[in-house]
Amino acid sequence: MKIAIASGKGGTGKTTVSTNLSAFLAENQSVVLTDLDVEEPNSGLFLSGKLIHAEDKFKVIPEWKKEDCTLCGKCQEVCNFNAVMKLGKMIMVFPELCHGCYACSELCPTNALPMIPKKMGELKHYKLSNIDFIESKLIIGEEQAVPLIKQTIQYVDKNFSNDAIKIFDSPPGTSCPVIEATKGADLVLLVTEPTLFGLNDLKLAVETMNILNKKMGVIINRFGLGDQNVEKYCKENNIEIVAKIPNMRKIAELYSSGKLIYSEIEEVKKEFEKIKDFIFKNNPEESK
Amino acid sequence: MKEIVVISGKGGTGKTSITASFSILGKENIIVADCDVDAADMHILMKPDYVNSQDFYSGKIAEIDQSKCIKCGKCQNVCRFDAIPIIEGEYVVQPIDCEGCGYCSLVCPRDAITMYEPKVGQWYVSNIKTGTKMVHAKLGIGEDNSGKLVAKVKKEAKILAESEAKDFVIVDGSPGVGCPVVSSLSGASFVILVTEPSVSGVHDLKRVYEVVKKFGLTAGCIINKADINSNKATEIKEFLDEEGIELLAELPYDENFTKAMTQGKSIVEFEDGKIKKILENTWENIKTKVNKK
Ligand code: SF4
Ligand code: SF4
Ligand code: SF4
Ligand code: SF4
Repeated sequence: MKIAIASGKGGTGKTTVSTNLSAFLAENQSVVLTDLDVEEPNSGLFLSGKLIHAEDKFKVIPEWKKEDCTLCGKCQEVCNFNAVMKLGKMIMVFPELCHGCYACSELCPTNALPMIPKKMGELKHYKLSNIDFIESKLIIGEEQAVPLIKQTIQYVDKNFSNDAIKIFDSPPGTSCPVIEATKGADLVLLVTEPTLFGLNDLKLAVETMNILNKKMGVIINRFGLGDQNVEKYCKENNIEIVAKIPNMRKIAELYSSGKLIYSEIEEVKKEFEKIKDFIFKNNPEESK
Repeated sequence: MKEIVVISGKGGTGKTSITASFSILGKENIIVADCDVDAADMHILMKPDYVNSQDFYSGKIAEIDQSKCIKCGKCQNVCRFDAIPIIEGEYVVQPIDCEGCGYCSLVCPRDAITMYEPKVGQWYVSNIKTGTKMVHAKLGIGEDNSGKLVAKVKKEAKILAESEAKDFVIVDGSPGVGCPVVSSLSGASFVILVTEPSVSGVHDLKRVYEVVKKFGLTAGCIINKADINSNKATEIKEFLDEEGIELLAELPYDENFTKAMTQGKSIVEFEDGKIKKILENTWENIKTKVNKK
């Protein structure tokens, strides 16, 4: 079963929920936690395990073969991303801008632009007791997160069957990366805060998940601090509030040191039990 | 005219609240630009009126004219993004998967494929509660946050600041380390890094500073919730020392930060205490620094 943890914006507690939920579920079964926030993966800061596998992830870009080029300029003409340019007697490729569409390479009359792999990030696979933890990190300056997210999900799909509980810590926002990260999920848990900001972000996230037609539940983090508007909104839109994680300075302190919170605070653990129940209630594998 | 950009790597550090505070302290002499177009929040604190709204078109998407198509399948063959499935016997482009590379349109023997520029969002120039203006935007859901809309917001803010003879543009920067934050940073006179002393705060600060450094920009740092973890706060300060980044301010952990937000206010409007004082001094300090450059 695939569960995506998402939010309209970063900083709502998405990583806290992902890591604590994984550790909590792992007390009784194996869990695969994947950090898909490839621009800024953070989950690994809260879970330290043994590195069992690492691999570089590549995209493809054209490489200029000077000796074969007639400087006809076709490549520059066909590239829609200004990623290949003719500058004097040189053809320059800008790897960060290249989308790997092959147009320049295959339309070059003299095959002077073969596609070659270029590293865009790294995938690491850690193991700690019952948790398999996978994270990918984009190289700084690399602009496209989506290909790396795609390849990371492929790695998880290849290595683990769908009977396993797979938790995906999604990137924030409502643009392409979050769509890529959540489109294969069976269930989406949206993390928010009971403030005007939280409500604004939650609405955007709900709209996004509605477009993808996802089954979802809401987790209110830092509950008790703001107002009732998030709860009201969920009720009006028939979205289940799965859990309410209280607002406590102790949580902020534990978080700041990279510690898990559910094992330290009894009230918090109760909320994670509710999330667990919600997940099993909605598990398509169980109901088969 | 100087441009001050506030960034934090990741959300949750109080960046927006701090940006709003400076926007309020800057009174009429500034233009506010919200470059967090993916999940914009400044409007909650600045109460814009959306008087001037414009559609934003960007990128390309392929479209197949079925009356011209002879179903040769060439387009599907060359598309590396699986964006042209056959639906009910017809080759149809799926806008959500299409990268806009245009390769299909180049190989179609019948010229059946055109590339159009889709509407990806909206941008606004609004009057805000402090008596000045804000440029902000909303990116359509599932759109490619390519940084182009961010660049547009910045450009319009700059034009506005110049035409209205304002001294500063204050930019609420985009999250992450990718294209949008690069767009947020380009042309900045000064960068304010907002962080918090936590494992993720330190990690994000270092990562986002790499981008700032790449552009050779001058930055200062504000540590929010500075008293929540003194070890991490020390680690941050050591990092700032090493990199020669000025520590602009340390703000204590304060529930009022969030309480203010629940009322749609920034911290300087909400309390009259310590944090307000610190931020006032910080703002004066930043102004002097930036003007000297
Ligand atoms: S299309 Fe090929 S031959 Fe023509 S300029 Fe580009 S690389 Fe050279
Ligand atoms: S592969 Fe596509 S995006 Fe990359 S340089 Fe060639 S034409 Fe441009
Ligand atoms: S423009 Fe590129 S991505 Fe879009 S359908 Fe054509 S080949 Fe595929
Ligand atoms: S390449 Fe042109 S003619 Fe051939 S299937 Fe595609 S759209 Fe139709």
